[in-house]
Amino acid sequence: MEKGECITFPFFSYERRGDVMLYSVFSKTAGLVGLLGLVIVLFFGSLAFGQTTIPFSTTWEAITRYDPADTNHLIIGTSRLTRAVIALVIGMNLAIAGVFVQALTRNPLAAPDLLGINSGAIFFIVLAITWLEVSSLTQYMWFAFLGAGIAGAVVFFLGSIGRDGLTPIKVILSGVALSALFTSFTQGLLVVDEQSIQTVLFWIAGSVAGRDMEMLVSVLPFLLGALIVSLFMGRAIGIFSSGDDVAKGLGQRTGIIKVLMGVLIIILAGGSVAVVGSVGFIGLIVPHMAKGLVGNDYRWMIPYSALLGAALLLAADIVARFIIFPQEVPIGVMTAFIGGPFFIYLARKGVAAK
Amino acid sequence: MKYWTFRLFQEKISFQFSRRWLVVLLSWILVLGGVFLVSLSAGSTWIPIHEVFQQLTGQIDKHAFVVETLRLPRALLAILVGAALGVAGLILQSLVRNSLASPDIIGISSGASLGAVTFLVFGTGVVSLQFLPFAAIGGGLMAALLIYLISWNKGVTPIRLVLIGIGISAVMKAGVTFMLVMSETAITTKSYIWLTGSIYGASWGDVTSMVVWLLIPLPILVILGRSLNITELGDEVSISMGVRLQVERFIFLMCSVILAGTAAAYAGGIEFVGLMAPHIARRLAGRSFQGLSIVTALIGAFLVLLADLIARTLFLPLDIPAGVFTAAIGAPFFLYLLFQNRNR
Repeated sequence: MEKGECITFPFFSYERRGDVMLYSVFSKTAGLVGLLGLVIVLFFGSLAFGQTTIPFSTTWEAITRYDPADTNHLIIGTSRLTRAVIALVIGMNLAIAGVFVQALTRNPLAAPDLLGINSGAIFFIVLAITWLEVSSLTQYMWFAFLGAGIAGAVVFFLGSIGRDGLTPIKVILSGVALSALFTSFTQGLLVVDEQSIQTVLFWIAGSVAGRDMEMLVSVLPFLLGALIVSLFMGRAIGIFSSGDDVAKGLGQRTGIIKVLMGVLIIILAGGSVAVVGSVGFIGLIVPHMAKGLVGNDYRWMIPYSALLGAALLLAADIVARFIIFPQEVPIGVMTAFIGGPFFIYLARKGVAAK
Repeated sequence: MKYWTFRLFQEKISFQFSRRWLVVLLSWILVLGGVFLVSLSAGSTWIPIHEVFQQLTGQIDKHAFVVETLRLPRALLAILVGAALGVAGLILQSLVRNSLASPDIIGISSGASLGAVTFLVFGTGVVSLQFLPFAAIGGGLMAALLIYLISWNKGVTPIRLVLIGIGISAVMKAGVTFMLVMSETAITTKSYIWLTGSIYGASWGDVTSMVVWLLIPLPILVILGRSLNITELGDEVSISMGVRLQVERFIFLMCSVILAGTAAAYAGGIEFVGLMAPHIARRLAGRSFQGLSIVTALIGAFLVLLADLIARTLFLPLDIPAGVFTAAIGAPFFLYLLFQNRNR
């Protein structure tokens, strides 16, 4: 890289009054309630829409008075409920993982998938399936954690070496290179083992459909635990984000915060990959949306991101069912189609503001 | 004499070569020749090298099928693909003055992949596979134009080009996955193998048609190569030296796309060659573009030929795509470069 070409992102400090939509505690709380309502509506939508569209009244009945004899109830109970729950939980996870990654690397362009965490987790899962013949879901999860951890650690290390510390461009480039490495290893494994391509492909593409509740249940304790811990991290991250020196001066042990954030990222992002495969860009987009709504206060940003992430993934999943009806678009493809342009927009803004 | 300078056609074309360059050139020709012979002799049936030699010169004829029909076109195609990728990478790196740029990182290759996979999904059985290069180059061209237009803001700065390329690349890859999921199983498998980068099943037809494609950017590079040398000095300097900066930048980008797209059409997604070859060449052979491009072509050819040789002999009888091996060497190399540039 040429000298003097480092980029700063003044655009991304949502500090000035005009940049943030909600100021008072009242409006922030009201916004949170409104978002919760939106998530609930989308959740219902996710149960109702699909190859056979089910009326809302029947959907409501299926939840309150489940009747296995009714076909519509059966559709909701066997496939759509699982799917909606997965989209809800994973949406939250990915969004919060994104908040942590951006805070930890102090990089507005970062996201778990851009750091190679997704492809690392997938490579280890595919390795476990094809070579080690692992078939238990819990074990997939541990492999996903391992892969996510290795990839994240390598990218973080490579991004932070050098005088300038973590610069956005270094983090992004090392993430891209590591992703390419893991992706090509995954491809190598799959070419050798041709039978598994079709089964694994939908996973690589990322999908919330056709998963067993079992899959989610085995990962759920970890995900929920991480989610709850995250909600209480707001204050600490807020202090951390004012810079290492300031945070230390305020009495924060930044090392512990960094490690804690790293562990949470690995659990949230790695666990998500184990359940739905590679779903990118939620972690990139959502923190920016949340910042636009409530500003840099992480105590509000984290719950906002969780709800926005859930809403975005639920909505993307509903739309994915209708684009090439009756077939479905993998959710990872959907999020990439939305998130890629958003990344470009951020990159353009950020560099233009130099 | 340390340098030789050639000026032709009233200085329209000029080259400068150093003695060191000549030494480097000759040694890489020898190395490439060596790997070439080994790759003709190695495989599921091993043929002694002297018999390969006799077969090629026409003294014996007992290995005609294995050597001349199976292995020779494959080795030649590997050489062409590697050379094209290397030079494509060299152009791009000189253009954006960023040693980390290459067609696969900024999304030109994934654009080509999208073009080719779209062709495989919709065109299989309808149109002859002969037209695959058009689709791949078209896809690469589309990606390059998008990247270029979006990063345009009173000119194009290198860093914006790279970041926006990464974004475009993500969208293109999503498009490829979209195509794969939509297609039938048989085509999925076929596309998947193609995507990983394989020169399995190369024929003489492939070799000749690829040569034709490569002949397009060649004269442009010979004529305009010298202004690429100037561009490396920075935008202001090159404009004041009389380079039509944005025009030539665009032309060079197109050359790079044609080279990378052609390579992608015949060999799929072989990654990181466009990154590694120019770097190695720069270490060895100085900075003059014309000399550098010849050495880069040789090194790129060497890398792909070697990767293909390893890929098809190491796990016999399996034939692993060469792209797996180039990425296995290339990605760590990239990270190493990042490490080296950590203070810039």
